Amino acid sequence: MTTPHVAAPRQTPPANPLFEYVLRIADDRLVLGHRLSEWCGHGPILEEDIALSNIALDFIGQASAMLALAGQIEGQGRTEDTLAYFRDEHEFRNALLVEQPNGDFAVTIVRQFLFDAWSVLVLDALQGVKHPQLAALAAKSLKEDRYHLRHSSEWMLRLGDGTAESHARAQRALDDLWRFTGELFETDAIDAAVAADGIAVDHASIRARWQEIVADVARRATLTLPGDAPMATGGRRGRHSEHLGHMLAEMQIVARSHPGASW
Amino acid sequence: MANESTPPVTADSQWPLWEVFTQSKQGAPHEHAGSVHAADAEQALQNARDVYARRGEATSLWIVPTSAIVASTPGDAGPFFDPGNDKAYRHPQFYKVPRGVRGL
Repeated sequence: MTTPHVAAPRQTPPANPLFEYVLRIADDRLVLGHRLSEWCGHGPILEEDIALSNIALDFIGQASAMLALAGQIEGQGRTEDTLAYFRDEHEFRNALLVEQPNGDFAVTIVRQFLFDAWSVLVLDALQGVKHPQLAALAAKSLKEDRYHLRHSSEWMLRLGDGTAESHARAQRALDDLWRFTGELFETDAIDAAVAADGIAVDHASIRARWQEIVADVARRATLTLPGDAPMATGGRRGRHSEHLGHMLAEMQIVARSHPGASW
Repeated sequence: MANESTPPVTADSQWPLWEVFTQSKQGAPHEHAGSVHAADAEQALQNARDVYARRGEATSLWIVPTSAIVASTPGDAGPFFDPGNDKAYRHPQFYKVPRGVRGL
């Protein structure tokens, strides 16, 4: 959905690029964690229901810590809760991929796999950056995300190389979600600004390794990777698909209806 | 799918059943924790991790196809498990446990 708040691609960094940078990392995890939590009670089998809920909780935990760090960096007194529940759609900086609806189980798994393969590479790079808190959070999250990748990779093989029905659904999901993968590797003035302060992530090398991982799993899963196609973009600048607003409405309603409530 | 490592499909689910054994710390015995459904060994391991080991309960997991377990039957109770309490010499109660020994 285009909103009146749409920002043009950033040529100049904002006043606090590190805040924006951490927000992007945190929002990916918050949004994907919430999406996965929507499976709770609806998983295809009890064990997988528990697995998806575990992964959702991992992401919510990561988001909580990252948002707390973002709030601290911003220095305006915003907590992880303020940032999660009292920002509007155009203020979210997550990639478009993670806000896409769960769809069928194949869509959820393909979305998860494409993200996990990227996430472990980014976190691996981030654990070596010159910002002790960010590096520590990345190292902690990496342990969890390595397991997530193992889980989603296995399911890719199982669905892709499973029945005709599961193969068709996995292939369709891959075709539909592929256009959201380009955004993961975009860089702009914010990346350049934090790189100057020692938070440098080599996106070109990450992209090459990501393509290797994805190609390897797709081949073993007998799935065909879509060719070059126009990629969707905008999430990192607050320009989201129509799905995020609906998700946030549900995610934020309790906190907004009862401000300051605790239990 | 039917081979040595994949147990037959059971009646309660479309996926086979596996027994899970967790080890709480290195050197401790693997103890039965419960069971999970899974299509193959790797998935069984992952499901066991998610169901029985995600709060740090385990340092190691063993997964065994339920069909590979051979169990005694209730009818065996007499001949198999009669404690023989009248034969005191069968029970190792004459040994003194040295001080400081744990895990016995």
